[in-house]
Amino acid sequence: MKFLAARRRNPIVALGLLLFALVVVGGGYAVVTETQPATAAMGSQTQVEDGERLYLEGCSSCHGLQAEGTGNGPTLIGAGAAAVHFQVATGRMPLAAPGAQAPAKEVIYTESEIEAMSAYVASLAPGPAIPSAEQIDFADADVAEGGVLFRINCAQCHQAAGQGGALTQGKYAPSLMESTPQEIYEAMITGPENMPIFADSTLQVEEKQAILAYINELQEAPSPGGLALGRLGPVAEGLFLWTAVFAALIAAAVWIGIKAR
Amino acid sequence: MSTSSPVETAGAATATYVDKRLGSNRFLGRNLGKVFPDHWSFMLGEIVLYSFIVVLLTGTYLTLFYKPSMVEVLYDGSYVPLKGVMMSEAYESTLNISFDVRGGLLIRQMHHWAALIFVAAMVVHAFRVFFTGAYRKPREFNWLIGVALLTMALAAGFTGYSLPDDLLSGTGLQIIRGILQSIPVVGTWAAFLVFGGEFPGTDIISRLYAAHILLVPGLILALITVHLMMVWTQKHTQFPGPGRTNDNVVGYPLLPVYMAKAGGFFFIVFGVIALISGLVTINPIWIFGPYTPDQVSAGTQPDWYIGWLDGALRLMPNWETVVAGFTISWNIFIPSVVIPGILFTGLALYPFLEAWATGDKREHNLLDRPRNAPVRTGIGVMAITFYGILWIGGGNDLIATAFDLSINSLSWFLRITLIVAPPIAFIVTKRICLGLQRRDRDKLLHGYESGRVLRLPHGEFIEVHEPINYKELAVITSKTDYSPLPAPEKTDADGVKNKKYLIQKIQHKISHFYYADDVKKPTAAEIEAAQHHAAHDAMLEAPLHEYEDADQISTFHGGVLHHPGMPETNAEQVAQQENRSTT
Repeated sequence: MKFLAARRRNPIVALGLLLFALVVVGGGYAVVTETQPATAAMGSQTQVEDGERLYLEGCSSCHGLQAEGTGNGPTLIGAGAAAVHFQVATGRMPLAAPGAQAPAKEVIYTESEIEAMSAYVASLAPGPAIPSAEQIDFADADVAEGGVLFRINCAQCHQAAGQGGALTQGKYAPSLMESTPQEIYEAMITGPENMPIFADSTLQVEEKQAILAYINELQEAPSPGGLALGRLGPVAEGLFLWTAVFAALIAAAVWIGIKAR
Repeated sequence: MSTSSPVETAGAATATYVDKRLGSNRFLGRNLGKVFPDHWSFMLGEIVLYSFIVVLLTGTYLTLFYKPSMVEVLYDGSYVPLKGVMMSEAYESTLNISFDVRGGLLIRQMHHWAALIFVAAMVVHAFRVFFTGAYRKPREFNWLIGVALLTMALAAGFTGYSLPDDLLSGTGLQIIRGILQSIPVVGTWAAFLVFGGEFPGTDIISRLYAAHILLVPGLILALITVHLMMVWTQKHTQFPGPGRTNDNVVGYPLLPVYMAKAGGFFFIVFGVIALISGLVTINPIWIFGPYTPDQVSAGTQPDWYIGWLDGALRLMPNWETVVAGFTISWNIFIPSVVIPGILFTGLALYPFLEAWATGDKREHNLLDRPRNAPVRTGIGVMAITFYGILWIGGGNDLIATAFDLSINSLSWFLRITLIVAPPIAFIVTKRICLGLQRRDRDKLLHGYESGRVLRLPHGEFIEVHEPINYKELAVITSKTDYSPLPAPEKTDADGVKNKKYLIQKIQHKISHFYYADDVKKPTAAEIEAAQHHAAHDAMLEAPLHEYEDADQISTFHGGVLHHPGMPETNAEQVAQQENRSTT
């Protein structure tokens, strides 16, 4: 170490570091671009076979060996790649335990495994495909129109600020604050759990993109009024009032009251 | 006057100048020295007053920019996610106040937070008045004014909540319309009358505006004035303590002590409101969007003070009856009209009911300790429990999502709790009060537990009790012992039939319910007997002190335990000290 430490200011070191950085960046780039064509070639035969193997291991006990469905799970024939991707990539599937609703949890498959399973289910029968990058690109979408559409179609379950809300019998509309555009788009076209399906005939692609843009606005816009209190509305405000604010006021009253004694 | 400072001279000159024109010196001289008793809980009413002042000031600023109109306009302000959206002028102007008026959002948030504090402080102030029995004769009318103020505060709050015409407030108005419609026979017409036709119509915002900025605050101001004038003329009640009786007021004069305290507290309240309004969002109307009747958001709730009514509505089973082709919506009428009607009527009439039921017609200027009125305290806690469960019901959807519960099970749990919990709360509170009364009685008889345990020569362990100090003694002995009214006779001694027999019997039963379990204060003879016991304890402990420092004994024992050679009385002690100083 002493040898290296003594020479760390040597001009050659900078060159060496530069080379090292180039190798790492270039090598990394090569690895990334190499995997790209694999995902692009959706539904290749090996992918479907991989997917089938993963399906038989992880899904078939509930959805059936032929994906025909059992008493514990619906058929996946015609469910489509988007449904599989949404359910598995958000951790909802495989289900940890039966309950009112499948909760989002830690994802146990890699992205390529999920795509393989999606390809397998898509190979069984046609269904909604995983949305393309253009479909979920909301850069040119109208945020204000998205807001109107969100309040008409989404807010009654997911709440006006997208914080989620309760449904009957322990079911719920989840918060959208951590959802990616792809997940939201997939949910709209597949209607997971209690959610209705918003097909292109109901909400056109541009309208879906506007909703994506508005949800993105809800996720990223700062709160101009200060601390947002979870954007849960008057209940959170009332809780804050009766705990923090009232404690402060009563403490002040007690303090003034004590001083005179 | 020759020795007075220039400030005093100038002040006197000013006072004289004003007095020559208004004759004010006599009034001020009489009133500025008025004495008020001191306790932190007497300042809860001040929080109400100060937050109301903040509400008035900020509200005035908001009226400069707010437009009470339901005309549809295209939004073109600086909040991008709503640009180009159609909305009412009321909502547009509220957005402009939030984003385009200098300081507008801060003032709006101050107005809203101060309004929430206004109602909250009013409720807590009412708790103080209730649990200490401050509403008793001669202050029943002021209690009624207080109840009127509370209803006016709810009206002010709700009309204000509705003005921005956002999705949240519009949904609230839609519920109000449903409540109006649920009133049998006149419901539909009442709703048409209020909204000027079909919901939402084009009139409601301007009507609410007139109520919110003129009618309701005018009434509140007038009522607050009368409320304070009555406190002034009737004098403030005080807690029991040394030297405090039913006929005096022990405290400090208005000038300078309370002027300084109240003035300072005003700035604290103002400061707290400004601080939270600068740091914490309230009612982000831009998130909820403009109101249209075809939209609703999950988790739509009213502000906290209407939450219990929303909860009542949520918990009520879905009961309806159809009479001759007309539907009577019990599912809305009972929780929204009947329950608040009963609660507010009960609240207003309680002082009169209690006075009648207990036959207590005396004046009360000395406050009760809550424990000394176990039934009243129990009824209060019972009402708070009932209210609290309805309040929780108002947030049942958020509780369900936050704790992974089924909203259906939660609602059933709350429905059952609403009926079961209040009586339990009553019984538990009453027992706690009686327990505390017994402890007070024990303290009078045997003193407090000193924490020193003695082992007697034959092996028995005792704890040494010591007499309580004079402050605590005054507080505990302030208790008035009440007895239930005697059972009425059917006929009097001359055989004349008692026409009021039935009503007196009810009165007897209720007063029995109020006072039968009361723990009586010990009599003088009982206290004397008990003091012998204390002296006996002291005697047992005395030998131990022979080994201790004599000074310590006197500080520990407050004049009851005496080391041999120590003075027995105050007079002896003074004499001894004088001897010491002369020698």
